Amino acid sequence: MNVETAIEKPVTNAVSTLVRAAAPRPVGAARTEPVWAQRLLIAVAVGFILIMLILPLASVFVEAFADGIGHYLSAIAEPDARSAIGMTLLVAAIAVPMNLIFGLAAAWAIAKFEFRGKSLLITLIDLPFSVSPVISGLIYVLLYGAHGWFGPFLAAHGIKIIFTVTGLVLATMFVTFPFIARELIPLMQEQGTDEEEAAVSLGASGLQTFFRVTLPNVAWGLLFGVLLCNARAMGEFGAVSVVSGHIRGLTNTMPLHVEILYNEYDFVGAFAVASLLALLALVTLVGKSVLEWRMGRDGSRGH
Amino acid sequence: MTSESLAHPMTPRGFVWRRKSVLPGFGITFGYTLVYLGLIVLLPLAALLLRPADLGVDGFWKVVTAPRVLASLRLSFGASAIAALINAVFGLIVAWVLSRYQFPLKRLVDALVDLPFALPTAVAGIALTALYAPNGWIGHLFAPLGIKIAFTPLGIVIALTFIGLPFVVRTLQPVLLDLDKEVEDAAGSLGATRWQTFRLVILPSILPALLTGLSLAFARAVGEYGSVIFIAGNMPMKSEIAPLLIVTKLEQYDYAGAAAIAVVMLAASFVMLLVINMIQRWSRRHEERSA
Repeated sequence: MNVETAIEKPVTNAVSTLVRAAAPRPVGAARTEPVWAQRLLIAVAVGFILIMLILPLASVFVEAFADGIGHYLSAIAEPDARSAIGMTLLVAAIAVPMNLIFGLAAAWAIAKFEFRGKSLLITLIDLPFSVSPVISGLIYVLLYGAHGWFGPFLAAHGIKIIFTVTGLVLATMFVTFPFIARELIPLMQEQGTDEEEAAVSLGASGLQTFFRVTLPNVAWGLLFGVLLCNARAMGEFGAVSVVSGHIRGLTNTMPLHVEILYNEYDFVGAFAVASLLALLALVTLVGKSVLEWRMGRDGSRGH
Repeated sequence: MTSESLAHPMTPRGFVWRRKSVLPGFGITFGYTLVYLGLIVLLPLAALLLRPADLGVDGFWKVVTAPRVLASLRLSFGASAIAALINAVFGLIVAWVLSRYQFPLKRLVDALVDLPFALPTAVAGIALTALYAPNGWIGHLFAPLGIKIAFTPLGIVIALTFIGLPFVVRTLQPVLLDLDKEVEDAAGSLGATRWQTFRLVILPSILPALLTGLSLAFARAVGEYGSVIFIAGNMPMKSEIAPLLIVTKLEQYDYAGAAAIAVVMLAASFVMLLVINMIQRWSRRHEERSA
């Protein structure tokens, strides 16, 4: 009998059950891969992860400590590095809460109400994910730069956006725009509106309902979104590079400072600052795993 | 429909576009969503789409078909395609191993797959460059063979492979976990070898997810900047990616030229988005048919 044509067609559950009933499984049927194949596949997978992911991560720390811990510490304590760290924290401290408020508002409107054009709105919210980081910075230059749409108007009123902290924050808000909203929307949709409707009919105000009923239900998902949003906000390079002007001590974030030091052949300095960002990435990964476990979500999804 | 009228949707008149609800707060949250989306995303993107109009149709065409621009687009799309294919192969193996086998430190390996999402691209860029430079841990193994990796298009492929891996693994993993084992057993009991079962039973049902992951990795790689520019060498016509050319044009105050290349890239990523959506719709139909 021709096995290939027998199983080439999509085998429905019904058929498979019939087949199994008719023909008891022969001993030693190929139900799983032979042990040698399993070992080979595991070796290839682990080897690939080792070379592609673990080695680069390890090299960051090895290069950072190449000249000893003293050099490492002084590279981080150096004034320009310190101000870059401060700038990164400042930008994230503005951009993440802004996107958090947006995410909560968007999720409430989209998940708890039925209206037309909802899927279009969700698509538009996801839009920044499909825009190249460089283009994400470019669009703000085209809008607020010296030769941008609002450039002359802003210049006339003495307002500068590009090459200032405002520009950094705007570009960061754009690239991290969807993170929290797209985490909250499906979660709040899953919860439905029964609990909120019960709360409102018992006399709770809108804000009471939101803070006492909705928010506790989505707290872990919210934290998950904030974690990813923050990691991207602190680590963004392309978009902020375009709008920053790389003014040391003024508009330099950590990733941009890494680039400057690297291009000046100060490798220990570059890798020292980079090691802090790598630590942030590791903390993010640990937090992500913990939250996924708390939410009972196995096999995390990408974005 | 203006944002003005949306600011007060709780007034009972009109609004057949929304189903009635006892819950409060639709007006303010929906209005805020639209305003914020408009200011942060839509207005800047509109500024980008309209800017190349300064050039006129002929000028636009001249910019995007200049040899240097074409070379950078070819490199960006070509290297991204190769990297996506590498990830399709190794991402499938990684996802397979993670969802089917038990081995020591499996949870750690699983968590590490997300590293490219979490590690800032500039850090990835300098780390990969240090590894693959002629005197680096990996580069020095290839240098005696006359193979240069860093500062060549080969280095670009490496960086883009790094960036794209999680997309393939994370799209495949849930699908592999959901696979109906009974169908595999049936194939096995009918006498199919394990390879035949994989090729004819498993592969067709994970193919949509594999293609989705591959397209996501490709789309991300095309726009990637931070991890590439350190390792690329950035030689015009040879190892200059399209996003870098946008930055170069911007630094020369050629706003319209930068915007023209950006519009081409944006159009390409929307085509990709469309393709991904089509694959997903197709796979949903596929699932419904076999369910």
